[in-house]
Amino acid sequence: MSTTVSTNKFSWLLKREFWEYRGAFFWTPVITGIVMLSLVLLALIIAETSANRAGMSLNGVNFGEISSHLSEGNAAKLYAGLNVGLLSLGFPIGIALFFVLFFYGIGALYNDRADRSVLFWKSLPISDTETVLAKVVTMAFVAPILAVAAMIALHFAFLVLMSVWVLVHGINPMLLWSPTHLLTLWAKLALLIPINALWALPSIGWLLLCSSFARSKPFLWAVALPVVSGVLISMFHLMSSLSLPSSWYWRNIVGRLLLSIIPGTWVDVAELRHLDSDDRMPEALSDLLSLSSVGHLLTSPTFLIGIVAGVAMIVAAMYFRRVRTESYA
Amino acid sequence: MTIENEELKNAVPIVRAKGLSKRYGTTVALDHVDLQIPAGRIVGLIGPNGAGKTTALKAILGLTEFDGELSVLGLDPRTHRTELMQHVCFIADVAVLPRWMRVGDAVDFVAGVHPRFSREKCEAFLARTKIAKTQRVRELSKGMIVQLHLALVMAIDAKLLVLDEPTLGLDILYRKEFYETLLNDYFDHEKTILVTTHQVEEIERILTDLIFIRDGRIVLDASMDAVAERYAEVLVGPDKADAARALKPLSERQIFGKSIFLFDGIDHSRLTALGELHKPSVADLFVATMKGTYA
Repeated sequence: MSTTVSTNKFSWLLKREFWEYRGAFFWTPVITGIVMLSLVLLALIIAETSANRAGMSLNGVNFGEISSHLSEGNAAKLYAGLNVGLLSLGFPIGIALFFVLFFYGIGALYNDRADRSVLFWKSLPISDTETVLAKVVTMAFVAPILAVAAMIALHFAFLVLMSVWVLVHGINPMLLWSPTHLLTLWAKLALLIPINALWALPSIGWLLLCSSFARSKPFLWAVALPVVSGVLISMFHLMSSLSLPSSWYWRNIVGRLLLSIIPGTWVDVAELRHLDSDDRMPEALSDLLSLSSVGHLLTSPTFLIGIVAGVAMIVAAMYFRRVRTESYA
Repeated sequence: MTIENEELKNAVPIVRAKGLSKRYGTTVALDHVDLQIPAGRIVGLIGPNGAGKTTALKAILGLTEFDGELSVLGLDPRTHRTELMQHVCFIADVAVLPRWMRVGDAVDFVAGVHPRFSREKCEAFLARTKIAKTQRVRELSKGMIVQLHLALVMAIDAKLLVLDEPTLGLDILYRKEFYETLLNDYFDHEKTILVTTHQVEEIERILTDLIFIRDGRIVLDASMDAVAERYAEVLVGPDKADAARALKPLSERQIFGKSIFLFDGIDHSRLTALGELHKPSVADLFVATMKGTYA
């Protein structure tokens, strides 16, 4: 009984976050997707009008070669190339997600203190732990799920557009629509959400901590503290006493605090087998979520220590949420 | 001690503070405050700016750390804020409702998270106003925001309602309506209301108890009946003014060639000999008690 009440309560907390940031969470990926689709359409129109179809390459897929590849029966290569095309098409949505999460995180526990509506939220029987957890779940899951949904919708719209285009050029569009290929791709995108979420915990924790701790200018705290400390460490070679290069600090501290909310920034830790050369991008991408690369990631110290640090900062954010109701703004 | 006070002592108080203290740096906001608020009362917490009113309310609501003992509904507000908020409602002052929120979403949200909220009651209150469910809070006037907040709060079956300057910045129509609604549709003997305001004249008729606070200390804590017994205002002609001064009045002011003296604890029969007897207004009492606060 009490669990159903509290899960119900928690879903209201998530709805509340969505209501407040509907524009950021929903419209940002949708509009980014529409812009990408418009760019594709524009490219197609330019390609048609310039009548220079032979060597045109879009998103890494050389459409002039499609038919020749297929005539060789090399469907796997087509789909690998198409994967690259679809993933890079959705990439700007991932970048947009970073900005959305960054500014959401900085404001999540600060804006209501600045406009004093925190007094309204605190007059309701909601614990500070629940409040902060709702914001963590929003950053780790709600916004990324909406972004992935927008990516999948964009893929779908892109394929429809391309189908029409290839049809005009007398190629069978059904070649683009391999259910196993598409479902595998989309399932991978969906399964990457929890991995991205765990990887993002240090950034989520840091942004929420600054947001709940700062009496004013949470943005400055969040960005200046790691960056200025990084600059000082680089200038005075402070890491050398630990026999580490300054780049270690930038990569493992500054980067993890600020940039881990960019989806997929863990790829180098996952040690994808084929990432060594650009030509092998399709194979590298198919390595995403292969058992060995995910296993590598999940057992790597940077991943595990990041989770611990992220959780610690989230707990600290809960503490400051409890004791700080004022801001100087 | 009257029988009434004896009864109050035995009942479980809604708020009980003992040696409640709070300092911000070197500033003392609350200085060993002892306080008991029984159930079924409407208590006015009155004090000049910076006297510690808001700090006291914040402590009661679990919004600040403090020293000393404080229990609200038998709970420590620092550690049990979430449980407490099931039975305590709070209106801070105008404009604390989130401005991006839609009225309908606000009602849905409170209905979703508050187990003691009645959607029917809330919607009945809202139906009496001009507020539309599709409006955002930022589109409402100050007065309408307070109406909305009041509708949300009155639909909650709470034991304690805390109001901190609830009508600040509202015009007289909204202010009157606010307190009338509160008294007619909300208050009963199970409920307790604790209110701070600078507009003392508007609430003095509805108060059952009065607490004056100055420099973090309670300087008066009495029921309105006790206040009426203890304090008296006398209109004295020039001939008897010296006799009146001999009784050490709290204050003296001149009006139409006569003097108005405010007395504390002087037998009323002695005062009637001096002149016409009045019940002092809370505002006059306040001014006399707080003399020299800003000096």
